[in-house]
This record gives sequence, structure tokens and C-alpha cells, in this order.
Amino acid sequence: MSALLEVDNLNVSMRNGSGRLVPVIENLSFAVAPAQTLALVGESGCGKSMTALALMRLLPEDFVITSGRIVLEGRDVLTLPAKQMRSLRGSAMSMIFQEPMTALNPLFTVGDQIGEVLRWHQGLDRAAARSRAIALLRAVQIPAAEQRIDAYPHQLSGGMRQRVMIAMALAGRPKLLIADEPTTALDVTVQAQIFDLLAELQRSTGTAILLITHDLGAVAELADEMLVLYAGRCIEAGASEAIVTAPRHPYTRGLLNCVPHLAVGGPPQPWVDLGEIPGMVPPLGARGADCAFLARCAQACDVCRAKPQPTLEPIAPGHAVSCWRKTELAA
Amino acid sequence: MSMAEAIRGTGTREVLLDVNDLVVHFPAGRRHGRPSFVHAVDGVSFRVRRGTTLGIVGESGSGKSTTAQAVMRLVPATSGQIVFGNRDIAGLTGRALREVRRHLQIVFQDPFSALNPRRRAGDQIREPLDLLGIGTRSERDERVRRLLAEVGLPPQAADLYPHQFSGGQRQRLCIARAMAPEPDLIVCDEAVSALDVAIQAQILNLLKRLQRERDLTYIFISHDLGVIQKFCDEVAVMYLGKIVEQAPAAEIFAAPRHPYTWSLIAAAAPPGPMRDELKRRHLVKGDPPSPVDPPPGCRFAQRCPAAIDSCSQRLPVLGAIGPDHYVACHRLAELPCLPFDGC
Repeated sequence: MSALLEVDNLNVSMRNGSGRLVPVIENLSFAVAPAQTLALVGESGCGKSMTALALMRLLPEDFVITSGRIVLEGRDVLTLPAKQMRSLRGSAMSMIFQEPMTALNPLFTVGDQIGEVLRWHQGLDRAAARSRAIALLRAVQIPAAEQRIDAYPHQLSGGMRQRVMIAMALAGRPKLLIADEPTTALDVTVQAQIFDLLAELQRSTGTAILLITHDLGAVAELADEMLVLYAGRCIEAGASEAIVTAPRHPYTRGLLNCVPHLAVGGPPQPWVDLGEIPGMVPPLGARGADCAFLARCAQACDVCRAKPQPTLEPIAPGHAVSCWRKTELAA
Repeated sequence: MSMAEAIRGTGTREVLLDVNDLVVHFPAGRRHGRPSFVHAVDGVSFRVRRGTTLGIVGESGSGKSTTAQAVMRLVPATSGQIVFGNRDIAGLTGRALREVRRHLQIVFQDPFSALNPRRRAGDQIREPLDLLGIGTRSERDERVRRLLAEVGLPPQAADLYPHQFSGGQRQRLCIARAMAPEPDLIVCDEAVSALDVAIQAQILNLLKRLQRERDLTYIFISHDLGVIQKFCDEVAVMYLGKIVEQAPAAEIFAAPRHPYTWSLIAAAAPPGPMRDELKRRHLVKGDPPSPVDPPPGCRFAQRCPAAIDSCSQRLPVLGAIGPDHYVACHRLAELPCLPFDGC
């Protein structure tokens, strides 16, 4: 299947106070096929959200794309004039933000905000936009959609607001939906509902989803493919099931080990210290040419210290790792 | 000690905190001419034994934070007893309250807003010592240095300001500050929820080590069942101001009984066919209803897959169904005690 979205060697930098360019995302390449889900995983500060904003060309002022190509359905997103870019956002690709509280406009009703997308991109009139918005609210399982369409964001719960965000993102029937930590602000039972909803909507609409998350375990069943980012570099990529069952990079292993996963039905376990990744993600500007994970890696050896960041190389069919010791550690 | 005792071995220890029928209502204006109240905590009772961890789990609005804040006397209790040591602290004021606070400390969720941005880290850790008049000036300085080392920060950290630390380091500062007056009980109110997973593991390991070394007692509030299971000895599940189920951690995740506990577990279970089956059977729909003037009957009745008519008329009481296992559900007898391997 040919890819819907292709990102080729993307580099993003930030201009710091003295005008120097500091790398934020380095040599990132990936592809998303129609109706597939790709997850971008990593801690905060690893460049997940910046990748999403680069795709939408919504990067903050000081951030620039220094090189690379982003191709959506054969069109080069980075060279499109602003006007065409505007028509692309919200129709060909759209985004669900992390915080539905701040992403919705508090001064307009939910119906106005969903209707805006429909009127702008599909040229619907007011009445048609309204009835379509009601249908969308029903599709995201909001009860009493006819009444809720006139509600303001503050009158809705967090889960409802996130459903409205999803309805808005789906209004333009996008080919690509970017979901930036869509459930972090929500309660656990609501989180499960939202993930189910996304999976169901994907089945019925064939939308490709780029899912951004820090919880490796939770996305395993939702995502087909996965990209683990560390300090703006992709350090492991492949089928999500392969990565979760047999992680190769020490960072991916660390991420999986440090989360206490619920174990049900089994015998009780005494306390054993959780796997720690010591230290933290190196801040922007403190990332050298050598392996970015070097300082925190328990498996680092002389080879890692002597050589620069390894390239992402295949270790098994459809599974690539950026680690000098990948073959030794895989054993 | 046998394995089971090592895990559960909490039964013989002294009760440090005994909360009886705690009620916290907040006025919420008037409705239909009558004053209206947010029933944040509505008759909650639990005990915490020294050196153990009680986990409180529930969705937002379930009253877990308000319960903890009422225990800390940060919000006034409408009624009920809070027996700490051997003394009801619910009505204490002034000097007596301050004296008790020395033994009760709290770590908040957001380490960014819990520290004063304009004061040096060392001064903030020292502050409880200064306020409570503990030790001489040089003893306090010495204790600040020791505390920083205990939470894994270098001594130079004392002279830095909060913005010079990362989120995880800031949470370490908050823990050092809570530890400063050598309290017996520390409330961790979503203390690891705002942190990245790798940092969260560091902080959980730190809290556990401090507990072992100092026989600390924790009330650990979280919405993350995986963390609760790992960290707590005893678990209370709250829903709209009520405890719906309480049991030792080993038991509640092996044989949960309340439909809401099942639902939480279904939402948090590891991916796989078992989770799909759990979700199909137990996962509730919608959001929790408003805690303002809740209707009579079981608070969970509106969302409960097993609710019958009488559930929305009478409030179920928390009843014992085994040693240390309490459940509040009218349909307990009819609901099968489901095994997990059935999925």
C-alpha cells in the first residue's frame, strides 16, 4: 500500500537567544499508510509534539524546519503557499490537542466551532452545517446531541470536551488525524472510552492516525507501527507488537520497565523497586554528536563513547534500532 | 513471616489514623430557593496502620483529594471524626493544630505550583522547621543538608531557585520539605501523576525507600491503578464522595466485588483478549454525574451495568464480606464473584 504521509529526513531547529540554531528534531523519517495508526512514543522533551506541529506547519515562531520533506498524498506540504496550507489543515489533515479545555474557544458554542470547519471547508450553509454537526456529535457518542450542540465548552465535562475536539477534527473528513496525547487530561474509564471511539471511527472512516503518547504499553493494541523518540532522534522503529514484546534499545526497555502495569487475578507480589532510567532527557542545546542516551544508559560501553549517534539500522524485518550494541543486547 | 504475611502483614500494627464518618460539604449557592451543597465527601470511614500505605483511587470529582485535605485539616470537615494517634483532631485550632501538623505532611500533584518561585530551595525545606520551631539555627541547616541528600539532590541545590530544577527534582524538593519535621503520616496527593514515566519510577522508588527506613505511613492518592497496586498495602475505591470498596491490595485486584472497581480494572488492564472481555462486561459509559445535591440511592446507580430499581432508591452501606474487605453494593449477593481466568 502506498503511503499517505511520508516524512523524509525532517530536521527542526530552534533559534535561541543569541540567534544560533539548536537542533530539536534530527533526521526523522517515517511513513503512515491509509487506515493505519502510527504511534510516536517518548518522554516530554523528546520532540513528539514538535513533530506533529511541523506536519501541520504550526510550529512556534522560533522554530524552523531546516531540511527534509513532508509529503501528504503526493503534495509537498513544506512548499505549499499559505492559502493552500490553510485549506489542507482541517480537511486533509487535522489535529486533536492534548488539553480540550484550552483548545476550544470558550466564547462560542460547540455547534459554532464544529460548524466553522464545515462551512469553511465544505461550503455548507448555516442550517446544513448545524445538522451535520449534530450528526458528528452523535458519531462521537455524545448523548442528547440536539441540546449539547448549543452548549458552551464550560458546560461540558472533560471527556465530553475531548469528544467535541474529535468531532471537530473529523468534520473535514481528514485522511490523516494527528492525536497529541488525546487522553492525558482524562479519567481512566473515559480514556478507555476515547481510545475505543478512535479505533471505531478509524474502522468506519479509514482515517490514518498519528498517535502521540508517552505510555508505550497503552498504545500497543491501538497502533500498528511505532516510533520511539529520544531527544529528537528516532532510536527504535517497527511494528508496535514487536517493539513491546521484544524491545531492543535500552531506552525502550527502560520505558517499558518503569511503568507498573496492572496485574489482575494473579498472586500478590511483594515490592520490588521499579526499573529506573536515571537522570533525565538532555535539554535542548546540550545534545552532542554522540548517542543521546549515552549518559543514562546502563549498557553503554567504550564503543558508544567513541562513536557518534548510530544510524537507525534494521535488526529484524520491519524493526530498526539505533544502538551500537544492538546485536549483543538482542541476544 | 510467610509470604502472605509479608505482603498483607498490616493487621497487627498500631492504627495511626482512624477516620470516622467524615463529611465535607461545600455550599454551592441556592437551587429552587433552597441552599445547595457539593457533597465532596459523604460519610467516609477508614483506618491506616503505621508503616503501611493506604491507596485511594477514583475518578476526578470522587472526593479523594478532599478526603486527604480534610485529614490534613486544609479544608474544614462538615462532620465526622479524624482520630490521629489517640486524639480527635477534627476540631483542633491554633497552637494545638500546629503541634499536630508537625506529624502530618502532604506532597501535592504539581511540583511547579507547590513551590514558591521566589525563595531558594533550601529555605523552603527549612520553612516547616522554622515555623514549628524545631531545632537550633545550625541544626536546621544541617537537617536541610541531610534531607537533600536523602532525596538524592546535591547540597548545592539548597541555594538554587525552583525554576532551576526539572519537574522530577522539584518533586524531590517537595518530598524533602514534607519530610523535614519528621512526620508520621505523609499524604501523597497524585504526587507522581504529573511526572514522566521514567521520573515517576524514580520518585516511587524513593518514597518506598523512605518508608522502609523511617516507618512512614502514606495515604497515596492516584487514578493510576497500576501504580496503586504496586505501591499500596490497602486500597479504597471512591466514587462521588463515598468509598464503594476497600480491601488489601492483594485481594482487591484478585477478587474485586463492586461493579465500579471492575470498571476501573477493565479500563486499566493490560492489552489483550482478557482486557477486551473485561471491557465488554464491565466498562461503564459516560462521565460521573455532578456531586451537587446527589439523588438518593447508590451514587453509582446511573452508570452501573448491574443496577436495578431499588439501587436508585436506597443508599447501600459499606459491609464487611471478609477480613478487611468491605463493599457497598445492594446486588453483592446476586453478582457472581467472577474469576479473571473466565475471560
